[in-house]
Amino acid sequence: MDYSQFLGMKQEIGLLVVFLLVFFYDTFLSKKAQNGLATVTCGLFGLFTAYTLLCPSVMADATTFGGMYATSPVIATIKNILNIGVFIVLVQSVKWANSESQTMRRGEFYELLLVTLFGMYLMISARHFLLFVIGLEAASLPLAAMVAFDKNRYESREAAIKYILTAVFSSAVFMMGLSFVYGLSGSLYFNEIASAISVNGEVNVLLVLAIAFVIAGVGFKLSLVPFHLWTADVYQGAPTNVTSYLSVISKGATAFAFLVIMVQVFGAFYSQVWEWMLYALIILTITIGNLFAIRQRNMKRFLAFSSVSQAGYIMLGVIALNATGMASLMYYVLVYIFSNLAAFGVLGAIENNTGKVSMDDYNGLYKTNPRLSLAMMLAMFSLAGIPPFAGFFSKFFIFTGALEQGSIAIYMLVLIALINTIISLYYYLLVVKAMFINDNETPIATFKSHWSERLGLWISVGGILLLGIVSCAYNYILELTQSSNMFAGLL
Amino acid sequence: MDQTIPLLILALPLCMFLVLGLAGHKMSHKMAGILGTLGMGTALVLAYTTAFTYFFGGNFVDEAGNRLQHIVFNYDWLAFTENLIIRLGFLLDPISAMMLVVITTISFMVHLYSLGYMHGEKGFQRYYAFLSLFSFSMLGLVVATNIFQMYIFWELVGASSFLLIGFYYTKPSAVSASKKAFIVTRFADLGFLIGILILSFYSNTFDFVTMTQAPGNVLASTGGAVFMGGSVLTWALVLIFMGGMGKSAMMPLHIWLPDAMEGPTPVSALIHAATMVVAGVFLVARMFPVYLVEEVALEIVTWVGALTALYAAIVACTQVDIKRVLAFSTISQIAFMVVSLGVARPELHEGVGYMASMFHLFTHAMFKALLFLGAGALIHAVHSNDFTSMGGLRKHMPITHITFLIGCLAIAGIYPFAGFFSKDEILVAAYSNSMMWGIWMTAVAGLTAFYMFRLYYRIFWWNNPDYSKHHHTPHDAPWTMTLPLIILAAVSCVAGFIPFGELVTWNREAYEIHLNYPIAITSVVVALCAIGLATIMYRKENSLPDKVADKVKGLWTAAYHRFYFDELYLFITHKIIFNLVSRPIAWFDRQIIDGTMDMFAEVTNKASEAIKGLQSGRVQSYVLVYLLGALLVGVVTVICMVL
Repeated sequence: MDYSQFLGMKQEIGLLVVFLLVFFYDTFLSKKAQNGLATVTCGLFGLFTAYTLLCPSVMADATTFGGMYATSPVIATIKNILNIGVFIVLVQSVKWANSESQTMRRGEFYELLLVTLFGMYLMISARHFLLFVIGLEAASLPLAAMVAFDKNRYESREAAIKYILTAVFSSAVFMMGLSFVYGLSGSLYFNEIASAISVNGEVNVLLVLAIAFVIAGVGFKLSLVPFHLWTADVYQGAPTNVTSYLSVISKGATAFAFLVIMVQVFGAFYSQVWEWMLYALIILTITIGNLFAIRQRNMKRFLAFSSVSQAGYIMLGVIALNATGMASLMYYVLVYIFSNLAAFGVLGAIENNTGKVSMDDYNGLYKTNPRLSLAMMLAMFSLAGIPPFAGFFSKFFIFTGALEQGSIAIYMLVLIALINTIISLYYYLLVVKAMFINDNETPIATFKSHWSERLGLWISVGGILLLGIVSCAYNYILELTQSSNMFAGLL
Repeated sequence: MDQTIPLLILALPLCMFLVLGLAGHKMSHKMAGILGTLGMGTALVLAYTTAFTYFFGGNFVDEAGNRLQHIVFNYDWLAFTENLIIRLGFLLDPISAMMLVVITTISFMVHLYSLGYMHGEKGFQRYYAFLSLFSFSMLGLVVATNIFQMYIFWELVGASSFLLIGFYYTKPSAVSASKKAFIVTRFADLGFLIGILILSFYSNTFDFVTMTQAPGNVLASTGGAVFMGGSVLTWALVLIFMGGMGKSAMMPLHIWLPDAMEGPTPVSALIHAATMVVAGVFLVARMFPVYLVEEVALEIVTWVGALTALYAAIVACTQVDIKRVLAFSTISQIAFMVVSLGVARPELHEGVGYMASMFHLFTHAMFKALLFLGAGALIHAVHSNDFTSMGGLRKHMPITHITFLIGCLAIAGIYPFAGFFSKDEILVAAYSNSMMWGIWMTAVAGLTAFYMFRLYYRIFWWNNPDYSKHHHTPHDAPWTMTLPLIILAAVSCVAGFIPFGELVTWNREAYEIHLNYPIAITSVVVALCAIGLATIMYRKENSLPDKVADKVKGLWTAAYHRFYFDELYLFITHKIIFNLVSRPIAWFDRQIIDGTMDMFAEVTNKASEAIKGLQSGRVQSYVLVYLLGALLVGVVTVICMVL
């Protein structure tokens, strides 16, 4: 075997090194040194992120393991985007990880987190369903343990059970779909399946069911309606840092992997089959996510439904089926990482310091904690898509991508999505109203947040403010996707 | 040219704005002021370096000796299509280099002056933050490489002007003045935006260099399209000029400028005399080659300018508030520049009007800022804006007196002060276009000399009121305030000798200025006569002015009330627009639009209520929904395909 092919997977190897260093640090170093674990992990991961961002050789095209694994500039970039998000999550979790109740287990938290990220890398790079499933499971199962991390809290345990049961069930459905695909094509390689099933161009019932099951299986991780029911309970029960990880990183990685599968495996059946499946799911996801979000008073449940609805917008980048759609999906994920992590950063800071998570507790927050309120306000504006913040541009580009597809039906879809942005504006502004306008006799007392919380928020807020205005980020991604040959065979 | 210095010129004021705006309240007043002034001082040095390198470095001239338009950098900011890309860049050419000098000079003087003038004011840091924001926006405006970038900074300038006029936000008059300024200029900018859209729709470019180097192509691209009797290009250019009219306070959109004097006086000197208000002139100058292919547009420009010049000069003769006199004088002088552009033609003295306009812009910025800062020193000393409560101040405030006199002589156009040279060139341009414009503008120049010396005598001579009632007798201001006065006065004495024709011309070809003696002598004689008249009427307290005012009572009252423009606007907005347009719209809005929205919200709420059972909390039902969903997606698609 030619071991040099491992060198193609630079990001995976880098991540593995970070993981091993953290693991050894946690296992072999003295009790006293353990207190530095959180900071050291952040530092190591920060170095890794900076390295993959700056080192040009990461961007090389490579295929290894007989074509099961592939990387390209676009893939390296989406991994870099995820890395930035993970870095913020790690920074935000420092205080929590060092708290009394977590000191015993904080090593596991970081190790599990890095392993799931590794799984997501595999999902993104997989060109063979076997590798994809390994990635998917590696990214799902440890998450259940992370959800249950506050094991003394009833909600945390309940959330973990719900998560693992649904995850297992969805995996089963997904595998069912895969077995149909295998039966039809006799292969698990993406390109071989594609050429085998499109050989006579005919669509049969088995294929339709297979596509439906694949969408359902991945839809679970993306929390597309109606596969989303676990989301609110799990987001609410899990520790806040795990929730923020689930809502941005896991979702972003899956969305990209989903795009790759739909384009590379089922691309030929776009207009006959899955455009309409996805069409219906997007409308359901955006609308129902919004309708539920309106009613929530618990901030974590509120953000859970908001993230359901956001996933619908991300799927617009898939249904566009062109390079602009792909670029706007990646950009949307990037912006969503900053916006949502800013929201979770404020939420986490308040929860860590006061234990309050209800929207009513936020009444009058501006008077006591003006900076946190401003950060939260920017996050809400960005999530709602108000210019000139990054969220406006990400919505703008994702609509542009979808509209480039050009059919009347897609125009209708974008219209529905636009109407839903108005509804979402309502509930995002509810939070702003609570903080700035509503009176409260006993607002949350002024507190000084931990350096890690502040750092995480500064990075996120900086992203929200700059990403939209400094347009080179989007232009860069667009150039990459346009020069990739992802959509070459389709048109 | 290297990018660093141009980039720094823009970045420094922006950083100052951010630093002072975000962290200003943690600093002491002194610290914030000094920081802002130092920042601006550095930008001043850098801008001078850039302008010097451009004009005298020798690298920016082609073989024929013409100056080049040099794009230092140009980033793609937002790409709509292949052709329609909004870029942010830095265009260095004669007029932008000149504007860099003007803006940084005046801005630095004002920063320095404000250290004394605004001393002890509440919100001192905020004031400096806004000054920096303004300087940044104005600099961005003049170096814009394309019309859309200019529009962005145009609005930023408007916003910072709004903030500074309303600086004393507890004063209702300041608040309403700031609103007025914003609304009027925004209204004008609507025209500007439509003009930009029309122009770019046809010509497929925002870029100044592309447009001005081949203005024929712009005309050709419209394909001779006609709208309501005018060609599309004329419409676009007139609408763009409408934006300029708003910012440069041309009649009938001038009404905001006199009220804008509610802002702190140094702000008036910076924004409402020297820099922002000439943006309209700059805009026309920037697009001048395009205007040349549509002479109808230039004629409209000339008419607007000429009428405004005369109107503002007449009104200025009757005002008693010294800042209002200066405001109307500013309107009138800007109108001079506009006329000068309007009458400029390449075949007439190689387009001297363009050069004259820019020259006057430069000199006017210096002496008008001087006059405003002088007025600030007076107001600071006497605590009143009206010259009725001043008089005989020459003994109390010698420095202010001398510098103010120099400013008056400069604006009146007396040799050898700066205004003489630039005004002379404007008159040459006007006479060469037609006799009528020549005589018209000479008359306005005479009026200028009259009202300026009326102001001068009423402040510094007239009578000797008893200042002992005040808690201190008037005296010259501290050095931070007098130093800018002295510097600007010195500049006003010598700026006329700058060989402007060699630096700034319409086709960037060097042009040698000759004094046209008949015209120069006529204008000086007219100015001297006007000054003589002012001396007779206002040197010593007497009843002559009242008698004269009584003789032409109708005209005097009308001019005092600014020919009732404000009343006319109030009538149109309140009586006509509010009643006939706004009320029906408001009804429609309340009943139909709000009704629809309420229904929308109601339906959303109901739907949200109806589906809440879906989220039961039981994992069994979750999984069931999941499975049914997956099956449904597949089965429905199969059924659809079979049908």
